[in-house]
Amino acid sequence: MKKNDLKGWLYLLPAMLFLGVFMVYPLFDVLVYSFEEGYNSASQTYHGVGLYNYAYVLRDPYFLQAVRNTFLLVIITVPVSTGIALLISLGLNAIKPLRNLFQTVYFLPYVTNTLAVGLVFMILFKKTAYTDGLVNLMIKWFGGQSVDFIDGPYWAKMFVLCFYTVWVVMPFKVLILTSALASVNPDYYSAAKMDATPGWRVFTKITLPMISPMIFYLVITGFIGAFKAYSDAIALFSTDLNAAGMNTIVGYVYDMLYGNSGGYPSFASAAALILFAIVLTITCMNLLISKKHVHY
Amino acid sequence: MKIVLKNLTKIFPSRNKKVGGEVIAVNDFDFEIPDGKLIGLLGPSGCGKSTTLNLICGLEPPTSGQIFFGEDDVTHLPPENRGVGLVFQNYALYPHLTVEENIMFPLQNLRGKDRLTREEMQQRVRQAAKLVQIDQLMDRKPSEMSGGQQQRVAIARALVKMPRVLLLDEPLSNLDARLRLQTREEIRRIQQETGITTIFVTHDQDEAMSISDMIVVMKDGIVQQIGPPQEVYDDPANLFVAQFLGTPPINVFNAAVKRETLYIGDEAVLEVPGVGDRPVSAAIRPEGFIPKAGGRFVSKLERVEVMGRDTSVVSTHPESRNTFIRSIVPANAKLAASGERVSFDLYPNKVFIFDAETGERIRFKLKDGDAQ
Amino acid sequence: MQTKLDYKRVERNAALRQRCFTVIDYVFLTLWAVMVLFPFYWMLLTSVKSYSAYNSEYIPQFFTLSPTFQNYVDAFTAVPLAKYFLNTIIFTVLTTGLMMVVIIPAAFAFARLEFKGKQLAFTVFLSLMMIPNELVVITNFVTITNLRLRNTFTGLILPSVTSVFYIYLLKESFEQIPDELYRAARVDGTTDFEYLTRVMIPISKPTLVTIVILKVIECWNSYVWPRLITDNPNYYLVSNGIQEIRENGFGRENIPAMMAAVVVISVPLIILFLVFHKKIMAGVSRGGLKG
Repeated sequence: MKKNDLKGWLYLLPAMLFLGVFMVYPLFDVLVYSFEEGYNSASQTYHGVGLYNYAYVLRDPYFLQAVRNTFLLVIITVPVSTGIALLISLGLNAIKPLRNLFQTVYFLPYVTNTLAVGLVFMILFKKTAYTDGLVNLMIKWFGGQSVDFIDGPYWAKMFVLCFYTVWVVMPFKVLILTSALASVNPDYYSAAKMDATPGWRVFTKITLPMISPMIFYLVITGFIGAFKAYSDAIALFSTDLNAAGMNTIVGYVYDMLYGNSGGYPSFASAAALILFAIVLTITCMNLLISKKHVHY
Repeated sequence: MKIVLKNLTKIFPSRNKKVGGEVIAVNDFDFEIPDGKLIGLLGPSGCGKSTTLNLICGLEPPTSGQIFFGEDDVTHLPPENRGVGLVFQNYALYPHLTVEENIMFPLQNLRGKDRLTREEMQQRVRQAAKLVQIDQLMDRKPSEMSGGQQQRVAIARALVKMPRVLLLDEPLSNLDARLRLQTREEIRRIQQETGITTIFVTHDQDEAMSISDMIVVMKDGIVQQIGPPQEVYDDPANLFVAQFLGTPPINVFNAAVKRETLYIGDEAVLEVPGVGDRPVSAAIRPEGFIPKAGGRFVSKLERVEVMGRDTSVVSTHPESRNTFIRSIVPANAKLAASGERVSFDLYPNKVFIFDAETGERIRFKLKDGDAQ
Repeated sequence: MQTKLDYKRVERNAALRQRCFTVIDYVFLTLWAVMVLFPFYWMLLTSVKSYSAYNSEYIPQFFTLSPTFQNYVDAFTAVPLAKYFLNTIIFTVLTTGLMMVVIIPAAFAFARLEFKGKQLAFTVFLSLMMIPNELVVITNFVTITNLRLRNTFTGLILPSVTSVFYIYLLKESFEQIPDELYRAARVDGTTDFEYLTRVMIPISKPTLVTIVILKVIECWNSYVWPRLITDNPNYYLVSNGIQEIRENGFGRENIPAMMAAVVVISVPLIILFLVFHKKIMAGVSRGGLKG
């Protein structure tokens, strides 16, 4: 018996070691950091314990800008991407020929490097002295005014960021929703057909309730993912996000830790914990709402 | 409503793409279903009975042939316009709706001049629920009910829109043995109360025999025989039908007819007037054996199983195609056994002979002059 | 007669509506496919345009008649793209390999072995799945810095060799293997370790392959941690390389060369995807549905 216990823990040992050092310990450490005032990374000393780090971060205009950007990004991209993904999945579900091809194509962005493809988006949207860029060309076809989406007005930059984010998260959502739709027992649709159920009613009364758990799952993970947005912004607006006014909360954390304005793990920790609190609150709210509306 | 199937054929492309070719699921089905009857579509799995059901309700288009409801040709009519009620094998109840909402679902789809007020709908739902005796459970969700109760809800949902035809796909297969007996009586009762022409699909011959007005036996997409259950049982058209109906199953032997006499092995067991000399398959119903000393059919006794009212005699015979021959005799019958041998006489009307090659029935004249 | 005509019309309307819907559906799906593929096309197209041709196009051209591979040559000569590439391969192989060594025994212990405290340990593992990376990265950065492991492969690799999620996925897969096999193997005198290597791993190969592929994708695309932990271009991975190229590489305006570099680093994953797309999609949707 004793020997068996030992053996079990022995098999777990490597994983526990790594998780302990790189996940559990940091979890407590980040709390400690966030309360240590005036921490100096060079000498590893601090001169007090308190809420100063939080107060500083919450008053930092860069942080507030990052919070504003992140919230805008979340509020726009989560509903838009989920909605479009639902449309695409419904479309996919209704066809037979070419279905697999479409599905595979749609999933392609999932495996590509966010930074690399972001660069392509940057080129498509950017306006330089030499060229207005492809997107502006199209805007002009339709009689619009060209605008620099990368270095131009705030709304334009926000638009590109949202656009690219939606493009990046779509593969996962389409995949999940398509398999959710495909797993609905076809007998329900046959039964509805026998009962002369109109199309919209099949959708609202059968399809939606049946896949509602997956939709809520996507909304919840979508919120969490969008709150952690970072590399999409980097890809589009380069590493100095504060200068571009397009920083995100996660970007702020990393900037505080390292980079041009870096070297402040305490501020970074405080900001990361604030982000964690926001995400936790919103996830809990989501879960409460889904309890009420998901029918299983 | 009378239903007429005219030369109905359904061909699917083969599922195995490499082999290619096609599968004939239903082949030239020709049948007129009289109004207000309960019809059992019977056959082993893969015989095309479910496809036939899908053709009738319109979920599949036929490859050729026609379907009439009364005088109307509905062959190409979409299912929603046919006025058909369908009960699915797994019931297909909407899990997120209560019993009441499930039953009401078809009514809420009615538009235009058929539109019902809320009161009318509730009235109809109550009626349907009462008919299937689930009016106490209206607020339950399907997951909170037993299989039998779910089955009733499914039937109520199919009936509430007052269909012209009611179709049931393997209605009892998901129930346990005891519920199955109960529910099949229920189906019979509901069908008789409503008088709706009803077709149900099953692979269980007991089920089909016990409640149908008529059964249709199918095999490999081809209708083998149509008729009232007793008639089909007493007068099977071919060896397949004879073997498919009846528990315990019929006993089949390699046999031959010589000089208008049926020989199993070297023993002449029965006179079969009017049949020429040829090798045949002989089939004897378990209840066709009469224990008799010096009887003409002799087999090797294996064991006797007491079943209360009856006794089942298990024996073997070198020419038997089944491992064991089962004969059912009254419990008080005296077995004519000497040593290992047991002998019987046979009831001529419980013995059928079939062409050894095709399995087609070969009729002979019974002694009292009745054609078999 | 009246009803028959009516039926014909109903039939025709239903067929027509169906056809209309199908056409609209295909148009819509094709539009989105173009949306997905266009950036890749543009990337490829730009990478074969010559520097001068690209810069003289005030209105971007949708194709080119004189493709050049000079940009690819530049990508490998003007910036150390080959070095970034090699670094990423080393990083990916080592991280994925080490992770398998760590997670297989852990999943085996959870799925197969009985020992005291297993339930508690598993609960703790599961709850760790909810910890966002952003929280722990700060301390890890400090830890690695203090260990003087910045700009080393060790520093790059160590924090990402465990994944609670993959342990969970693998445990589920191991648990699918019937207990009878284990008992049979024990009766035959097989040790636990032999059972793991000779029975469980071969049977769970599909799941293992899926995990490896997903981890390779993750490694190939990782950006945040490498960025924190390396400032010496000798240790840059492709993501950091791309960013470096963009900011200091060919000069900001040599976009065709930049695109050539982007194509080069994207190709391995796209090939991986084309070969394994069924496995990848099944793995992601399974992970999604369960995670």
